[in-house]
Amino acid sequence: MRIELEKRANPSTLYSVLSPFLALGLTVIAGGIMFALIGKDPVSALYSFFIEPLLDIWSLHEIAIKAAPLILIGAGLSICYRSNNWNIGAEGQFIMGAIAGAIVPVVFHDWHSPLVLPLMLVFGMIGGALYAAIPAFLKAHMNTNEILTSLMLVYIAQLFLDWLVRGPWRSPDAYNFPVTRDFAPEAILPELIASGRANLGFAFAIIAAVGLWLMMRYTLKGFEITVLGQSERAGRFAGFSSKRMIWFSMLLSGGLAGLAGISEVSGTIGKLQPIISPGYGFTAIIVAFLGRLNPLGIIAAGLFLALTYVGGEAVQLTLSVSDKVTRVFQGLLLFFVLSCDTLIQYKIRLVFSRLGQSSEGGAH
Amino acid sequence: MKKIILALATSAAVLGFAAAASAQDKTKICFIYVGSKTDGGWTQAHDIGRQALQDHFGDKIETPFLENVPEGPDAERAIERMARSGCALVFTTSFGFMDATVKVAAKFPDVKFEHATGFKSAENVATYNARFYEGRYIQGLIAAKISEKGVAGYIASFPIPEVVMGINSFVHGAQSINPDFKVKVIWANTWFDPGKEADAAKALIDQGVDILTQHTDTTAPMQVASERGIKAFGQASDMIAAGPNTQLTAIVDTWGAYYIKRTQAVLDGTWKSEQVWDGLKDGILTMAPYTNMPDDVKKLAEEAEAKIRSGELHPFTGPIKKQDGSDWLADGAVSDDGTLLGMNFYIAGVDDQLPK
Repeated sequence: MRIELEKRANPSTLYSVLSPFLALGLTVIAGGIMFALIGKDPVSALYSFFIEPLLDIWSLHEIAIKAAPLILIGAGLSICYRSNNWNIGAEGQFIMGAIAGAIVPVVFHDWHSPLVLPLMLVFGMIGGALYAAIPAFLKAHMNTNEILTSLMLVYIAQLFLDWLVRGPWRSPDAYNFPVTRDFAPEAILPELIASGRANLGFAFAIIAAVGLWLMMRYTLKGFEITVLGQSERAGRFAGFSSKRMIWFSMLLSGGLAGLAGISEVSGTIGKLQPIISPGYGFTAIIVAFLGRLNPLGIIAAGLFLALTYVGGEAVQLTLSVSDKVTRVFQGLLLFFVLSCDTLIQYKIRLVFSRLGQSSEGGAH
Repeated sequence: MKKIILALATSAAVLGFAAAASAQDKTKICFIYVGSKTDGGWTQAHDIGRQALQDHFGDKIETPFLENVPEGPDAERAIERMARSGCALVFTTSFGFMDATVKVAAKFPDVKFEHATGFKSAENVATYNARFYEGRYIQGLIAAKISEKGVAGYIASFPIPEVVMGINSFVHGAQSINPDFKVKVIWANTWFDPGKEADAAKALIDQGVDILTQHTDTTAPMQVASERGIKAFGQASDMIAAGPNTQLTAIVDTWGAYYIKRTQAVLDGTWKSEQVWDGLKDGILTMAPYTNMPDDVKKLAEEAEAKIRSGELHPFTGPIKKQDGSDWLADGAVSDDGTLLGMNFYIAGVDDQLPK
């Protein structure tokens, strides 16, 4: 016996809309049981997780900070994935963007000008895009698998950053600790509004996501992306070049990841250090699919995932549970969201196969 | 569905406020951990200190903590959350929390902060650290006596002064017994990664070291040493359970007394920002029992420990040459604290290039 997923002929539109709420309900039930089993009050646990972070201006800012890079990267990746280009290396492009942008405040630290910040942002985008150009070139001209190349370049970027902050860019006045000098005030991304520390990075994220949504919906480019993603042959008949699409989607997603990198470094860290990302580039892949590869959906998904981080900390504190518990809860949530989405598109079929009858390949 | 959530939320809100009100009269002393509180090393030592603190004051205080807080942008949020939740005193227990601690402290002048092992302080930010190098010196003495090949392996975390100082102290201790003693160093570039730490341990043993010491947080190197049948030193916590026939001794961080002292100061209203760097004599670090060694080595270690406690012996006493052969300390000269805290050079005898 085996289990197969079979695509539904007519997925229900109603359930497609309800799916996230259904998933939330299931998580609340399963999570409630989990908290009750470890002897914690499930009601206050769920309250701290989902509601408390939304009631405080401060934690709203924190959610925005956490969501900004996820949305910015995720929106770029959605274009890539829609066009059937699998950029897995956004984490590396994020880091390279941060490094390229940081050239201005680190190497030219004596130069003070209002141009510093705009230049940093532009450099950040170029840095990320150039780094994504490597797997793009390899795929377009050497037919290399971009999943592998982009992923492996992540580790190179991480070690390059590590080398920079320990070596040539190490701050002269940090007791030999592996950090660059602090960015000057004009190199810091300003805060969005006075009530908290959320910075312009969040605005970039929203603008980019909405812009990409408009592009996908109303422009020929959007059509080209969809067609080439669904069938390269059909795209070619329509006169679209899949090679050019590789370049376009990789440079775009790399550039946005780079912008996210320099925004994060300039807005919240204020210098380069060996680790500047808790895995935003990878988490953004989850965000992109959670948002169903729709840039507007990705805004919601990014905010939602950020909420689970901030809420997870709140639960740790109010109930004094281990952070493992909050991670299990996050896992439950993602599991239900993704499985609800899957089951709306697919149905489960039990296949009782007899010897000699089973077709090879089976479930996926 | 929405109605249910709304109902849940409202009832929860009421409960939440009720809980908050009953907790009002306890003083909150809060902790931020970089690792898991059961890591068997650095963070566990802090958590044992936290429990000692809680036991000492009982119902008078609460000691909430956040564990596995990454160094970086997430740290600032975690620390600010603590400050906002009404903590009177926040201990941030990893070097990488330094800037975040100072930043948050500026926003919350009424909350006191204590940052472990850093060098930035403020009106409401104190720093505290232990003179771990005193323990490393004793380990060096033991290593030189026990090792047959005269080569020790050292699993280091990051090339920061704290760690470089430890390596130098270990080497200097060993060379006071065996002038030809060598140390091989592997930089794991992490505080907490059992896999990497174990790999480093294996690599060092394959390179022919027959004694192992570490400046990382987990018991993985101790386990590898046990499997390969060589001796090793524990770090931050007593790791004897991971190597009953392997551990010679361990530098045990005993933060509890310090946490109690500082909490008392907060309760009394006498807390002041200080830069504390205590040693063996203050009880902020202790040596785990000297085990798996002959009696004469044990006696030597105990004597050195007593001398360090009494102040008769400073581990960094000349003559000491730097790795490049130039003189650092003249005969009988003692290093000042400033040089140690900014230490970015090896002394002679370290078989490694300091990462630049």
